[in-house]
Amino acid sequence: MTALEIETLSHHFGGLTALSGVSLTVAPGERLAIIGPNGAGKTTLFNLVTGILRPSAGRIGLFGQDVTRLPTHRRAQLGLARTFQITTLFPRLTVLDSVLLAVQGLDPVRFTLHRRREAYGHLRERAESLLADWGLADRAAQVTRQLSYGEQRQVELVLALAGAPKVLLLDEPTAGLSPAETASVVEMIRRFSRDTTILLIEHDMDVALELVDRVAVLFQGRVLAEGSKDKIKGDREVAAIYLGTDDA
Amino acid sequence: MSTRIASGAAAVVVLVALPVVLSSYQLSLLTKMLIFGIFAMSLDLLLGYAGLPSLGHAAYFGVAAYTVGLLALRIANNFWLDFPAGLLVAGAVSALFGLFALRTRGSYFLMITLALGQVLWGIAFGWRSLTGGDDGLPSVPRPRLPLPWSLTEGVPFYYFVLACFLVAIGLLALIVSSPFGRALVGIRESERRMEVLGYDVWRYKYVAFVLAGLFAGLAGNLFVYFNGFVSPAYLNILFSASALLMVILGGAGTLVGPAIGAAVIVALENVISAYMERWVLVLGVIYVLVTLFAPAGLVGLVRRRLSRSGA
Amino acid sequence: MTFWVTQALNGISFGMLLFLLAAGLSLIYGLMRMLNLAHGSYYILGGYVGLAVIHATASFVLAALAATATVTVIGIVMERFFLRRFPEQELPQALLTFGFLLIFADLSLWLWGGTPQTLPKPEIFERSIRIGAIVFPTYRLFVIGVGLVVGLGLWWLQEGTRLGAMIRAGVDDAEMARGTGVNVGLLSTAVFAFGAFLAALGGIIGGPFVGVYPGADFEILEMALVVVIIGGLGSLKGAFVGGLVVGLLDNFGKALFPELALFTVFAPMAVILALRPTGLFGAR
Repeated sequence: MTALEIETLSHHFGGLTALSGVSLTVAPGERLAIIGPNGAGKTTLFNLVTGILRPSAGRIGLFGQDVTRLPTHRRAQLGLARTFQITTLFPRLTVLDSVLLAVQGLDPVRFTLHRRREAYGHLRERAESLLADWGLADRAAQVTRQLSYGEQRQVELVLALAGAPKVLLLDEPTAGLSPAETASVVEMIRRFSRDTTILLIEHDMDVALELVDRVAVLFQGRVLAEGSKDKIKGDREVAAIYLGTDDA
Repeated sequence: MSTRIASGAAAVVVLVALPVVLSSYQLSLLTKMLIFGIFAMSLDLLLGYAGLPSLGHAAYFGVAAYTVGLLALRIANNFWLDFPAGLLVAGAVSALFGLFALRTRGSYFLMITLALGQVLWGIAFGWRSLTGGDDGLPSVPRPRLPLPWSLTEGVPFYYFVLACFLVAIGLLALIVSSPFGRALVGIRESERRMEVLGYDVWRYKYVAFVLAGLFAGLAGNLFVYFNGFVSPAYLNILFSASALLMVILGGAGTLVGPAIGAAVIVALENVISAYMERWVLVLGVIYVLVTLFAPAGLVGLVRRRLSRSGA
Repeated sequence: MTFWVTQALNGISFGMLLFLLAAGLSLIYGLMRMLNLAHGSYYILGGYVGLAVIHATASFVLAALAATATVTVIGIVMERFFLRRFPEQELPQALLTFGFLLIFADLSLWLWGGTPQTLPKPEIFERSIRIGAIVFPTYRLFVIGVGLVVGLGLWWLQEGTRLGAMIRAGVDDAEMARGTGVNVGLLSTAVFAFGAFLAALGGIIGGPFVGVYPGADFEILEMALVVVIIGGLGSLKGAFVGGLVVGLLDNFGKALFPELALFTVFAPMAVILALRPTGLFGAR
């Protein structure tokens, strides 16, 4: 049983082809890096997998279930989580409130309107333990937009973990971070349980190769190459597309 | 937290005691403030909590008022028929309009809610045989309840409205602090993040839309009893915009703020229109000034003052 | 037969008027993502100022120039000093423009009184021409002409010029546009001013047959909104087609089913809303 199965996925819009015939299989617990130059279609792939975009063709399977037509929130309920390249947090809410929302998202009480949320102690317990596990307990009462960028990226990760996801999509988790901040985020990701299957978009090749088992290279909307770290490192075509591009 | 409960309790005590010291005119003004307070709070649920800027909220207020008025005048002045009917119609209309409006966002949403509100206004204005057209429905009687006091008197009616107000604010406070209410806030802050976290965002917005319509309907019910009269003016954009102003002036997303904002606007409109012929001009200037200088509303100003003085 | 042709003509000329207003609204929305609720005010201010100038000088041309100039300046001031402070924030912009709507409405009432007035037509258009059994007031034809000229001009501007390209770029991505040297702020003011200009032009052109009166600002704004809902916010084609549709519906509606007056316009709007919430030619 594969964790994530992407079958000949394509996405066209307005005459442009963002993705064409992409097929990938990810086994449970695996770590796969998606790399490629800007515009290769990496974030589009994530948007298609999470349901933010509808594919023009192809199929997406999550643990054997066809989710191609399912809306985003239903896929989340099936165990799919994601972080965004541009930090997508709740600017005016505190860190604790944000994590509470993340925890509530998959909880059966999420639609209750006749009792105060405080009445459900288990939500707060889980939120606080999450923050403690990932070293953010002392930031709990801070308003999100007052955090440093590095801390915000960490909160973004915690939000994604709140639902104990089975498949986690990380979209450039270290983008814009200082070397020290990058190191903490890498540490964090390294500690993720092997029950979680991870797909990682990363611009920083060193970071990517440190964290994953396999690599898929996207170029102009197609899978150019796929395989183990070493295989990709030694691949000429892959090197060519990176030598020619400005890898910032 | 306990300061909130203390000040809330104090406010209730004051509201209960006020009829003793107020003239009948002042009491009727206070009654109006409470009714519009409910209306403003209903919009706050939609705007302040869910982040949906509606320019057509008067529709649900007005349609409830007309329903109660028409039933009381043409069928029977039976509170147990008319009052629930008003709420039901307000809920049904918001359930219908919500289906249209929630397919859009931002300026589109503003525009569509405006247009839908105007559709109802157009019906009320044009269907003279039913609604009396521009002349409206006069002489709507007060409800007859099995109580020892007649609601045609100012003081008993005030307590009736106060009771409804307290129930409304109690229910709304519960809703906004529930998991549902907290989810609305999340949707307001980042809809995309909420989707990805597993929330069926449309459903939350829709339920909020209908609830807001129901509470607006409650205010409409009370208003037509209070005023004895309803006209298309209570369905149109001017009235919807004044609800918006009440929410912004008081402080969106605070519930109490909009109630206070409503009181301020009612007081202002009364004072200004009594002394000035050009009160529409003044109202327009108020809209501009409030938007420019008090975007977080009165409650926002008070909070900033308090935090500055270290409280 | 005469009835249908006359009504169609009236409907089309009213539709051209609506096009002028809807085009302005759409342009402003397209670039600045803002709904200008004071747009109807620009219309009646154009009409009232035009009226005042005609009474003073008996020149329709001078009136048109004065009216459009005055309202354009008002538009510039509103955008530059008030609306600019709330970029991309629909609610403050809506409240601000609504506040101005009230201010202008009351000022107009104060300055020009409550009696409905119509502008006198320019002399050359006072006649009617006969084609067969049908009599066409030339003024109506003039209005249709103006609408077509403006429509073509706007289309050329949008598709064929650098300015149009800049506006389109600004619409797609303001940050990127700034990066390529486009002065987005100046562009915003220019677009807003142009929208105001079109509305004022509508006011002076429409003055002779729609007239100016308290409440006309609300009514024309409402009509323009219906046009934009049907045609699609941000679309010039939508404003044109929508304008024609609403103009014809309104006219035939009033002529054939006077009791249902507003319904003939609102019902199709509701249908469009149900099927295509962003309008016939709107985005997505």
